Amino acid sequence: MSLTREQIESIAHLARLELNVTEIPVYQESLSRILDFVGELERADTSGIEPMSHPLPGLSQRLRPDVVTEEDRRELYQANAPRVEAGLYIVPKVIE
Amino acid sequence: MHRRTLAELAAGLRKKEFSSVELTRHYLERIERGQPALNAFVTITREQALAAAEAADRELAAGRGGPLTGVPIVHKDIFCTQGVLTTCASRMLSNFVSPYDATVVAKLKAAGTVMLGKANMDEFAMGSSNETSWYGPVRNPWNPELVPGGSSGGSAAAVAARLAPAATATDTGGSIRQPAALCGVTGIKPTYGRVSRYGMIAFASSLDQGGVITVSAEDAALVLGAMAGFDPQDSTSVDTPVPDYTATLNDSVEGLKIGLLKEFFDKGLDPENEQRVREALAVYERLGARLQEVSLPNLPLSVPTYYVVAPAECSSNLARYDGVRFGYRCENPRDLMDLYKRTRGEGFGAEVKRRIMTGTYVLSAGYYDAYYLKAQKVRQLIARDFERAFQEVDVLIGPTTPTPAFALGAKTSDPITMYLNDIYTIGANLAGLPAISIPCGFVRGLPVGLQIVGRHFAEAKILNVAHVYQRETDWHLRVPPGWA
Amino acid sequence: MEWETVIGLEIHAQLSTKSKIFSGSSTAYGAAPNVQANLVDLGYPGVLPVLNREAVRMAVKFGLAIDAKIARHSVFARKNYFYPDLPKGYQISQYELPIVADGSLEIVLDDGTRKRIGITRAHLEEDAGKSIHEGLPGVTGIDLNRAGTPLIEIVSEPDMRSAKEAVAYMKKVHTLVRYLEICDGNMQEGSFRCDANVSVRPKGSDRFGTRTEIKNLNSFRFVEKAINYEVARQIDILESGGKVVQETRLYDPDRGETRSMRTKEEANDYRYFPDPDLLPLVLDDAFIDEVRASLPELPDQKAARFSEQYGLSAYDAGVLTASRELADYYEEVVRRVPGEPKLAANWVMVELAAALNRDGVEITESRVSAGRLAGLLNRIVDNTISGKIAKEVFEAMWTSGRDADTIIEEKGLRQITDTAAIEKAIDEVLAANPKQLAEYRAGKDKLFGFFVGQVMKATKGKANPAQLNELLKKKLQG
Repeated sequence: MSLTREQIESIAHLARLELNVTEIPVYQESLSRILDFVGELERADTSGIEPMSHPLPGLSQRLRPDVVTEEDRRELYQANAPRVEAGLYIVPKVIE
Repeated sequence: MHRRTLAELAAGLRKKEFSSVELTRHYLERIERGQPALNAFVTITREQALAAAEAADRELAAGRGGPLTGVPIVHKDIFCTQGVLTTCASRMLSNFVSPYDATVVAKLKAAGTVMLGKANMDEFAMGSSNETSWYGPVRNPWNPELVPGGSSGGSAAAVAARLAPAATATDTGGSIRQPAALCGVTGIKPTYGRVSRYGMIAFASSLDQGGVITVSAEDAALVLGAMAGFDPQDSTSVDTPVPDYTATLNDSVEGLKIGLLKEFFDKGLDPENEQRVREALAVYERLGARLQEVSLPNLPLSVPTYYVVAPAECSSNLARYDGVRFGYRCENPRDLMDLYKRTRGEGFGAEVKRRIMTGTYVLSAGYYDAYYLKAQKVRQLIARDFERAFQEVDVLIGPTTPTPAFALGAKTSDPITMYLNDIYTIGANLAGLPAISIPCGFVRGLPVGLQIVGRHFAEAKILNVAHVYQRETDWHLRVPPGWA
Repeated sequence: MEWETVIGLEIHAQLSTKSKIFSGSSTAYGAAPNVQANLVDLGYPGVLPVLNREAVRMAVKFGLAIDAKIARHSVFARKNYFYPDLPKGYQISQYELPIVADGSLEIVLDDGTRKRIGITRAHLEEDAGKSIHEGLPGVTGIDLNRAGTPLIEIVSEPDMRSAKEAVAYMKKVHTLVRYLEICDGNMQEGSFRCDANVSVRPKGSDRFGTRTEIKNLNSFRFVEKAINYEVARQIDILESGGKVVQETRLYDPDRGETRSMRTKEEANDYRYFPDPDLLPLVLDDAFIDEVRASLPELPDQKAARFSEQYGLSAYDAGVLTASRELADYYEEVVRRVPGEPKLAANWVMVELAAALNRDGVEITESRVSAGRLAGLLNRIVDNTISGKIAKEVFEAMWTSGRDADTIIEEKGLRQITDTAAIEKAIDEVLAANPKQLAEYRAGKDKLFGFFVGQVMKATKGKANPAQLNELLKKKLQG
């Protein structure tokens, strides 16, 4: 498996990662090798096997009561925000 | 004082041999001296520690408090700590002050422990050498030219150099056990769901599990007892009672059925390392345990399985770091896309980006079935292999790592070589099983670890098996030269 | 060429839980920005979701009401995409295994025929926040109060063939969710909104044309207008030899047109996978049965009962059951005016509806309560006033807020049923109009109405009409 430069660029775009020109060939090489490496999985016979998305089988989702437990802590939470105005998180203009 | 185990320190506090403030000051001084050499810390919380120690002393003076009251501890910087910088060793969170405590942190606080600081780690816990940290690599106290292992490298190095009697840690593919082995300390990863993940910054949610690194299994039993338990804030937390892990530490291992994983003693295992493991097994035989070879035919696929599942989950878990609500934001974004791309491109290090991209790829349209779904199925096969093995044996024992610690920079250029460090530890994560690594001797002057894997929720058993070995040996009490 | 329109709707209904689907934040509408966004809603590092039981109950309730399959085992998945109003960079939704699948609803078309609309699935998911542009030159502000509000997304089959059908279906779902009390249906606040998938194809073709998706339609009127605009646009393109581009479009109500959404143009690859922070949602029979037992009488059942029990036409029964509140109002009137369900229906559907409509108020805010309206109708039934006078009384009740009897007494509107009094009035009218009387008696029957009018005028409309007719006939015959 050998990923092209375009494939790396499209993955990086999907993941919203800016890569500089020197990074692209590095990831091209290492991701290709990783995909070869994990390609080994093909060897396993998994016919009839259920995929496992959780390590403890048989457990099911717990439900919480519909109760409001939170109060306004905006000031505290927004202390970490890069930019806030009038209680809003500010980003560059979103064009729809 | 620092030569004592945590259990001994706790006893000393109770007997008023020394105060928590004295003990805390002692460790803070060691940390301040040790930090330039080891870089095991991202943050040292001197003021808070002394305040907490004073409070603990008041409790102790009043005859109150539990077994851990006044005991100093370090938290891996992956655990959110209220009012304290919580970085996950990433530039992305280099300015992030958590407004809340992780459940683990809150529980240990409630148990009266004193936080000394936040331990360095691989960025977002992605690494096996602690070289991916934004704050620079941690060095191995046994030899500063070598890595301490990762991702909980700071936690392991701090305990090994006796800068703290215990450090919390997390393990997604071996991140507690591998650095514990390479630093000559004890590290336990509990059953998935045993310790709350709330407030533990996620890497791969179906694999991550919090645990602790200590000097001895007894210490681990004490701390784990205070960390573990049901948490209604974590849907994957399991609601079963936490036993007193110290109560069964001295149970006899006579008749214990120990499984030797054929696949663990493979060609990749350093012969001297293997020798140390065989010697440890001989100790168990002498104590009356029975050894039996078992095979987990799908186990060799655990590393490839892991390197699909973990990156997939990480690619999604790390999408929240977008420069909008917290954390790093790039300078002067031109537009929204630029904000996203440069914030994430600049805020994440190379390995994190590699894993995000790998995960993005294996989940993307057209590749999901071939990679992600396939890996989930192989994961099932591996879990079944373990299940079958545990029908025959009580615990599985083998090496924690293929080799002792390696040189800084030796494996950074080749991700696959780095990934293969976790070849013996990943299986337990995939199957959600509890596992512990304990020191079992030295190879060319460097510590190596013995790994004990148990059935789901058999933490008491593996701690017992580890403890009886530590009663017979003193590997765990060896302190790196220069740190005595 | 003749074209056929094909429409499928994805309706998003906010569930009226008190707290969010995965956190304990309030879902109340209208708070200051971001004061109802806690750590989980903000996607802070380390936080985890825990599922709200009530949201699950409400989804099951909906599933049972549309006669769907309730999944005993459903799974939450992550839909991954970057958008500033999506804090975690993924939306927790359901993908391969939704909680509700394979249901249907029936709509009534203009010509009275019924049509079944298939509902492929309904799944639970979390709402996103809001982007705010007003008053922020050059930037966008993000309010995450709405983030994490529970939604059910109700996905129909492409079964609708006109904008009218789409609106009828959407109204039907709207009525249903309010009957079930799982959604307040407030479209202005965005509690109930839909995306429309629209395509056209040559009539008779069995292949679907290329569709476009019109996002975020939040009124029935917009749904109709947007679809009609979009259908015309697509037909124009196809008839001039072009091709419809599969894309997401936005309806601009000011200009009455749809336009392409540039930001969503790039091919989305959502990379769905099961959310490892949540376990499979497993529902047992006891849970489902408990929800089933809590189901109210549904709109169709109620309409059928109204027809049967009150002898109403299907149309009237449909109108009166359009909302649970209206149906309750009607039934209260009927209870208080025994034996007169049709009279009650007429009054509720005509006079009351007109007044509500004129003042733009909901039935729950009606200025004439069901009890008061019943009081008025009882005065018609017992001949105290005529139907015509009753309208006058109703208007006075509406404006003054007083009851019928008070108004009748005050204004002296009580009907004249005293035979002698009516006869006296008739005699006076006949005496005053000798010419007309002569003409009538000469065979000009039409003049009967003239005399009725004159007597009513003389009695200020209060003469009992039936008595007046009878007495007048006798007197005219001489």
